[in-house]
Amino acid sequence: MATVTVRQLEKRFGDVHAVDGIDLSIQEGEFLVLLGPSGCGKTTLLRMIAGLERQTRGDILIGGQVVNDLPPRARKIAMVFQSYALYPHMSVYDNIAFPLKAQGVEKRSIPERVERAAAMFGIERFLKRKPRELSGGERQRVALARAVVREPSLFLLDEPLSNLDAKLRTLARDELKQFQRRIGTTTIYVTHDQIEAMGLGDRIVVMSGGKVRQVGSPQEVYDEPEDTFVAGFLGSPPMNLLRGDNCTVGFRPERFLPLLAHESQEGLVPLWFRIDRVEDLGSARLLYGSLHDTFPNEKVIVSVPFTVHMDFTPGEVYEFAVKEKEIKFFDKETGRRTEPRPFWVRR
Amino acid sequence: MSAKRGTVTSPAWRVVHFGAISAFVLFAAFPFFWMVISAFKQTLDLMNPNNNPFVFNLPPTMVQVKMLFEGTEYTKWLWNTAWVGILVVIITLLLAVPLGYGLARLSGKTGERLGIMIFLTYLVPPTILFIPLSRVISYLGLTDSLWSLVVVYPSFTVPFCAWLLMGFFKVIPPDIEEAAMIDGLSRFGAFVRVVLPVSIAGLLTTIIFSFTLVTQEFVYALTFISSSSKFTVSVGVPTFLVRGDVYFWGSMMAACFIASFPIAVLYNFFVDRFIAGFTVGAVK
Repeated sequence: MATVTVRQLEKRFGDVHAVDGIDLSIQEGEFLVLLGPSGCGKTTLLRMIAGLERQTRGDILIGGQVVNDLPPRARKIAMVFQSYALYPHMSVYDNIAFPLKAQGVEKRSIPERVERAAAMFGIERFLKRKPRELSGGERQRVALARAVVREPSLFLLDEPLSNLDAKLRTLARDELKQFQRRIGTTTIYVTHDQIEAMGLGDRIVVMSGGKVRQVGSPQEVYDEPEDTFVAGFLGSPPMNLLRGDNCTVGFRPERFLPLLAHESQEGLVPLWFRIDRVEDLGSARLLYGSLHDTFPNEKVIVSVPFTVHMDFTPGEVYEFAVKEKEIKFFDKETGRRTEPRPFWVRR
Repeated sequence: MSAKRGTVTSPAWRVVHFGAISAFVLFAAFPFFWMVISAFKQTLDLMNPNNNPFVFNLPPTMVQVKMLFEGTEYTKWLWNTAWVGILVVIITLLLAVPLGYGLARLSGKTGERLGIMIFLTYLVPPTILFIPLSRVISYLGLTDSLWSLVVVYPSFTVPFCAWLLMGFFKVIPPDIEEAAMIDGLSRFGAFVRVVLPVSIAGLLTTIIFSFTLVTQEFVYALTFISSSSKFTVSVGVPTFLVRGDVYFWGSMMAACFIASFPIAVLYNFFVDRFIAGFTVGAVK
């Protein structure tokens, strides 16, 4: 187990700043998720921590030790790749035993340790098979078993669930989280999937353009986004961002409900919502429309849970409301959070 | 597949199918049949134009084969060919494997362009190169020595095999090398313990291919070697079994069969992988 500290880390590919001056510190046993769209530098950051990519500038510390000049094998880390990167010419047993053999672990202890790692992921019966004879989910377990077998001080996971189908992914996510809780190894997890990030992370680092936009617990980055990028990236559908005259106003689609559907009427900001289209998704209905009198030209999406039994007719105007503290304000130019600038008339 | 089964097994299709396959089998096997039958025919049988050439018209004989082994230095030539071939294969592997790997892993267009340039050198024919190369050989003091061939042959086996191996290495995902590096190996260790075992098909292709090139090479072997005891099969056979306008057909066929059969068998064992070797990278 180890802490990880990254100081002023920078990586340039020619003129492109893939990672542009990042400071981070990861606590012992923490599950940290690097979240961002593709090309935001999250994978490059992970690869630099792994030692697969040399940083242009800055320091990386693992367990308090500067590892800038250490090759990957000397960093006591384990990594699971998106492709799983199993050795195709070796059996599952040999794949799992590989890190032990490569590091010259005492031969007699290898079979026992391989079996223990395999048992952890329920793949004991596949030990004699080749990776190509396994399904995607089984391969992923082998990759995980190979990663844990040497008891690394740091786990690096690069989108390990993205090659699984949707159903399996949810299951695997749960297993992964439980497993990390059990062994308590510091983990850095890269993903572009916000649901994975929200579900797995103790903290989420939202990245874009090689920079860190926000670091915080899933609830913090979801409820209190620091800028319009974070607000627009998290959530499905994402936060409604309405450009006003002096600032950008944001609120979550699921927090903007018919006035009567709110439990208490206290602190509510009622707004007229004109519905253009209704989409019924089963568990919720998505309403597309605009704020009739405040932001007539901005599109607004509302997510109404199935528990709200109301009929909505496209073309009609309804009275909706959102809690005042759920409305976020962002600077029009920089996109950063600013102090509230109420645009509504208090009743 | 199952839906199309009916058409595949329909009688008309089977006739076409087997017809096509039989034609190819005949085409491929006929030279071997011809070599074997000619090797055991009496000279009179071979020379009479009224005979049916596909059967023994006179009883078979061992005379031609005996003449090959007792009247020429054929065994010596076979040994020379194998000796040169094995050395060239070793040199080719030592140079082409790192070269092909480097080209495969060079990022961007650079690797691709370098690969094409290296391949182009393979296209310069020996008939042009043997003149300057003969000066090099005499400068090195290797005239009339088998070492001259060991030195010269890699000049065409290395570029071709490097290019071939580049294709093999390209399809190996870099992820598995990186995984091996994280798991405790150096880059070189990852290359030896993970990349090479995975590209065994490419290595076999390289070995067979460079060995074949060496056994059939004629121009350099003819120019650089003058003593008959140092000939390779490809030079020795036409030199000693064609005297003026007299062709020792039977012995020649025996010589060709003995030299080509092992290679044909090797090809057959690895034919799938060999084809894969030539088509890797062709489609994504």
